[in-house]
Amino acid sequence: MNLVRNHVLISIDAGTIMAGARAVEKALVDEINRQGLAGEIAVLETGSIGATGQGVVIVVYPEGLYYANVTPEDASEIVEEHLLKGRPVKRLIMTEMPRQQVIRKEKTGLLKEQARIVLRNSGVINPENIDEYIAEGGYEGIERAFTELKPAGVIKEIKDSGLVGRGGAAFTTAMKWDFASKAPGDPKYIICNADEGEPGTFKDRLILEGDPHKLIEGMMLAGYAVGAAKGFIYIRGEYALSIERLEKAITQARLYGLLGENILESGFSFDLAVMKGAGAYVCGEETALIESLEGKRGHPRNKPPYPVTEGLWGKPTVVNNVETLANVPEIIRNGAAWYRGYGTDKCPGTKVYTIIGNVATPGLIEAEMGTTLRDIIYEYAGGIKEGKKFKGALVGGAAGAFMGPEMLDAKMDFVNLKEYAAVLGSGAILVMDESTDIVGMLQSVLHFFKHESCGHCVPCRLGTKQLVEIVDRIAGGKGKVEDIESLVKISEVMRDTSFCPLGQSLNLPISSSLKYFRDEVYGRVQQPA
Amino acid sequence: MNREAILKKFEPNLSNILYIMHDLQDNNPERYLAKEDIEACGDYLNVPYSYVHSVASFYTMFSLKPRGRNIIRLCESPPCHLMGADSLIDYLKGSLKVDIGGTTKDGMFTLELTSCLGVCGVAPAMMLNEEMFGNLTPEKVDSILDKRRKEI
Ligand SMILES: Cc1cc2nc3c(=O)[nH]c(=O)nc-3n(C[C@H](O)[C@H](O)[C@H](O)COP(=O)(O)O)c2cc1C
Ligand code: SF4
Ligand code: FES
Ligand code: FES
Repeated sequence: MNLVRNHVLISIDAGTIMAGARAVEKALVDEINRQGLAGEIAVLETGSIGATGQGVVIVVYPEGLYYANVTPEDASEIVEEHLLKGRPVKRLIMTEMPRQQVIRKEKTGLLKEQARIVLRNSGVINPENIDEYIAEGGYEGIERAFTELKPAGVIKEIKDSGLVGRGGAAFTTAMKWDFASKAPGDPKYIICNADEGEPGTFKDRLILEGDPHKLIEGMMLAGYAVGAAKGFIYIRGEYALSIERLEKAITQARLYGLLGENILESGFSFDLAVMKGAGAYVCGEETALIESLEGKRGHPRNKPPYPVTEGLWGKPTVVNNVETLANVPEIIRNGAAWYRGYGTDKCPGTKVYTIIGNVATPGLIEAEMGTTLRDIIYEYAGGIKEGKKFKGALVGGAAGAFMGPEMLDAKMDFVNLKEYAAVLGSGAILVMDESTDIVGMLQSVLHFFKHESCGHCVPCRLGTKQLVEIVDRIAGGKGKVEDIESLVKISEVMRDTSFCPLGQSLNLPISSSLKYFRDEVYGRVQQPA
Repeated sequence: MNREAILKKFEPNLSNILYIMHDLQDNNPERYLAKEDIEACGDYLNVPYSYVHSVASFYTMFSLKPRGRNIIRLCESPPCHLMGADSLIDYLKGSLKVDIGGTTKDGMFTLELTSCLGVCGVAPAMMLNEEMFGNLTPEKVDSILDKRRKEI
């Protein structure tokens, strides 16, 4: 038997592929073979390790040493110096380390690293190998469900865990499942919403790329709980690697008898299909998504009826976000009480954030509910780039809220942020330094909405157009005080009369930008004589 | 691949319409859904041509007019805006001598804007056909496009 003495993990995600990860992988393997180390050193693929913008990243175990910006030309030096002679290649060692672990402050007063929940396997296992997922306790949740909990027990466990949806609307997951399980109608469906279009958000992509089996198990558990035999994953067309990995994972799960007829002799049958979207933000809205799945234009539907009673092809349907479903196997495997050990009483668990913009280490992190914005920016993301001052953040994507420095110490969770008229939304945190032009940011937000309005209802179709005209005028220095007032008024009308949450949500970025940066915005318009 | 062969890959269910249109468009050298594509899709799924047309026009990834051999989709959402997308838009318009939505004279590139591509960690970002590129600067964009020109 060969004893592997070093493992070299290479992070393969959309970002590192862009930076040339495949070529580096090949160069490493070639070089290892050339130097006769093939039996001793294994090169393994893994998902994102949480740092972005640092080129190709590899980790050498057992040392746990990270190299960044690795090129194919570096391969021979790494193999020769580090793997053969044991001397790390200093110039490539990563200086900006990703810190994606859960931190817990409340009990000890100190920042402490803890195991992750959703991202536990990401960047650790090979996402293309089902055995590695199983070795980490994968598919134990579904086993516990079959043997011990039964469908009602699964719903109860999720209810006790306090899990709420991570797709933006923060709806209680167990309630959704309970409605769907009790709704008359057959067959029933589970849909995973992987349309991820909220600007600044790419957490779902990294979950899919890094640990696709976790999503599959989450969907199986949802299907078992509500009595659905078929699930769909609606994924944006741009996410090529996610689609590829998911399809591979589904094939493997079928081979292992984890998808298909009579799974593990339980009597439960379930299968999955991947559906590719085609570039429309509004299709992330659950009823528009259902229309799109049915082969129609993605206009939102009237609610009620809600999808849980009349969804896909008129049948009871559960729509859940990727991150929501990725929490489920861990909750079922470890129990609700364990899950409640994380986060706050009102908001248990963790949240996966994408933290981007003017920070030192943009990337993906998972933090407990209730972590402050300050900790997220300064502890995880290395603070503001180039030592500049923090000006504000846009939290929750384009449909989110601007925050000023006053909000740095606010606890980030679904319940608490509501008190500040802010939202966690999709978990995108766009950090802006002191040089940022707020009017320019607002302009970009409003242009986004104008482009993505589906045109189905009048307030949103006309409102987005007018808002863009006004904000362009202000940004161009031709605005008046009345223009600012119009922005507010129009967006209030849209909030109150638009057909779907897309049109309703524009008021938040507008009102919050004025709340925290009032003087700056008013300073940009012509002053009354 | 001819149209027949593409259609045959899918069950004739309406829910496959996006998949079918993705494949038909990818197969068209002018990277759009031509009248013939729309009609083939409508016949196969047994729905009116006007229906196929209206679905295609809804989604940004489909084009109903001919485009260049390569599609540049530059992201203009707030995170990319913050990291300098505006100056890249101006730069590309100037260097390719096209407006947004336009195609270069030699038919090589079509310049489009897109909403967030989900790679904001390396903003500003763009897609060239199926491939993502990040941390863009004018120099980097030039070298990506030059490389592409040489590959053809
Ligand atoms: C315009 C719009 C876009 C949305 N985009 C997404 C999305 O990309 N992903 C997502 O999970 N939810 C999105 N949602 C929320 C969904 O409608 C739905 O609430 C969610 O998928 C439910 O899953 P959850 O309960 O697990 O959060 C969007 C909502 C709106 C109004
Ligand atoms: S609010 Fe906007 S996105 Fe929603 S239905 Fe109306 S036009 Fe469409
Ligand atoms: S794609 Fe819907 S308005 Fe542009
Ligand atoms: S905002 Fe440009 S990729 Fe997300």
